[in-house]
Amino acid sequence: MGGFLQALVNPSVPFVRNALIGSVLAAFLFGILGSLVTVRRIAGLAGAISHTVLGGIGLALFLASRGAPKWVSPMLGALVFAILAALLISLVSLKAKQREDTVINALWAIGMSLGVVFLAKTPGYVDPMSYLFGNILLVTSQDLYLLAALDVIVLLLVVRYYRHIEAASFDEEFAATKGVPVTAVYLALVLVIAVAIVLLQTFVGIVMVIAMLTLPAGTAGYFSHNLAGMMVNATLLSLVFSVGGLAVSWHFDLPAGAVIVLLSGAVFIAFSAGKMLAGRRLARS
Amino acid sequence: MDHSAPQAQAADEVHLPHAPENVAIWCQNLAFHYREVEVFNSVSFHVHRGEFVALTGKNGAGKSTLLKLIVGLLEPAQGQVLVFGASPRRCIESIGYVPQHTGFDAAFPIRVEEVVGMGRLSGLSPVAKRQKQEDVEWALRQAEVYDLRERPFSALSGGQRRRVLVARALVGHPKLLVLDEPTSNMDADSEKKFYDVLERFKGNTTVLVATHDSDFVSALADTVLCVGQDVDHPHSVHRHAIEQAENVPEDIYGGKVVRVRHDIELPDNACCEGKE
Repeated sequence: MGGFLQALVNPSVPFVRNALIGSVLAAFLFGILGSLVTVRRIAGLAGAISHTVLGGIGLALFLASRGAPKWVSPMLGALVFAILAALLISLVSLKAKQREDTVINALWAIGMSLGVVFLAKTPGYVDPMSYLFGNILLVTSQDLYLLAALDVIVLLLVVRYYRHIEAASFDEEFAATKGVPVTAVYLALVLVIAVAIVLLQTFVGIVMVIAMLTLPAGTAGYFSHNLAGMMVNATLLSLVFSVGGLAVSWHFDLPAGAVIVLLSGAVFIAFSAGKMLAGRRLARS
Repeated sequence: MDHSAPQAQAADEVHLPHAPENVAIWCQNLAFHYREVEVFNSVSFHVHRGEFVALTGKNGAGKSTLLKLIVGLLEPAQGQVLVFGASPRRCIESIGYVPQHTGFDAAFPIRVEEVVGMGRLSGLSPVAKRQKQEDVEWALRQAEVYDLRERPFSALSGGQRRRVLVARALVGHPKLLVLDEPTSNMDADSEKKFYDVLERFKGNTTVLVATHDSDFVSALADTVLCVGQDVDHPHSVHRHAIEQAENVPEDIYGGKVVRVRHDIELPDNACCEGKE
């Protein structure tokens, strides 16, 4: 562990410090948005958005190899696909609720397949693994600024509209009778999640974004008394999991993203098992 | 918010039979359908201020749909719904709604107090904290759930949860309280306690409650409206007579009940005699 602390202050390896700052910034998004994803039960939607992102990255890389202008970056491709997927799923969800899971799974598979096809047709070797599982040590200063900006936006929105978000998540029908624009709240949430997924997948990759949006919040849900508490606890857990995972992965020379998710997953499973056993004991007595 | 201008305008257009502040609900020639499925066709009725109305009808007849039209969650395809002379969306503050809330998620972390606090919301405007606290405490006491205020909502019994939802609807001091089958799946004791809470508001607040039992309704009811009971008119709302019910065991129905005479239809102006 001492090696990790030394690396943090060693100016010749700035990427370790960037990874730590990135983990802290990401923890707010994982904690706050993860709590909303969990209580609104839209993890499937977030999963579909994140997997569609691979299609956008593949298309952007493919176009760039065919002489597209420089601004056609993987990040832009990812953003466009994420927002399109978010809007499409929202539209189906609002107009025909019963078709929602079909569309979610269709986009999930189509997005990934598109990505694989485009990457295969892009000259030179592009490793899809780096997009699926990310590399937190490759985070740039620009990524950090973007993340910090999104953190500020999300925090401002949640603090200002907390009661409205809480009501719309708990009982959409009642919130609507009180004049809360529930559809707008839902769309804003889904779009913010789409943008967050695009920024976060550079850290932990497409597959693991979903894990981090659900596991810390799911664990926090076991011992939080309200939505605000769940957001704070999930943020703290994300922080512990990402910094802890980073240190462990550095020490044992393991892929950072995977270690962070395994740590989060282990704690979530331990809490679920503990809760189940406690419930059984209560039922028996 | 000042809604006097639209109220006056709407009242002029439809010629309400009484002053708009005395007509809690006014439905005129209402039609509604979900895609191709017709639910209502030329439905007209009205409810006076302070009346206690039981809305009966079989499952799927359209009771919930009618309530949603009245609270402004749905828009009629034709005709008009006015609440105190204004469209429901313009009088958010006047309406307290208690939905069925059957899709409640037990994993949602929330305390009773916070559920009730939602009743103070009005659009996207911020909620004044002190005012909110006073109203929330008042509503918690009215619905007899003050002692439960710190408890997680998911830890309550079904009957307690329904009363919490009533408290939430009461927070804004509504003039019209709309409840969607609030006592379904409730035992007789809880049901009695529930109607005891509602009794306090009889006369001052207009109450519209949909009930699952269509032969007997709470004795608090002044009026019974029946949705789609008539085979010849499945998409209609009729006013039916009520009479004292003898020999009905209280432990089955939770409180005093009256019998609904579905065979006696009353004219829509049956309630108007002697009213302003």
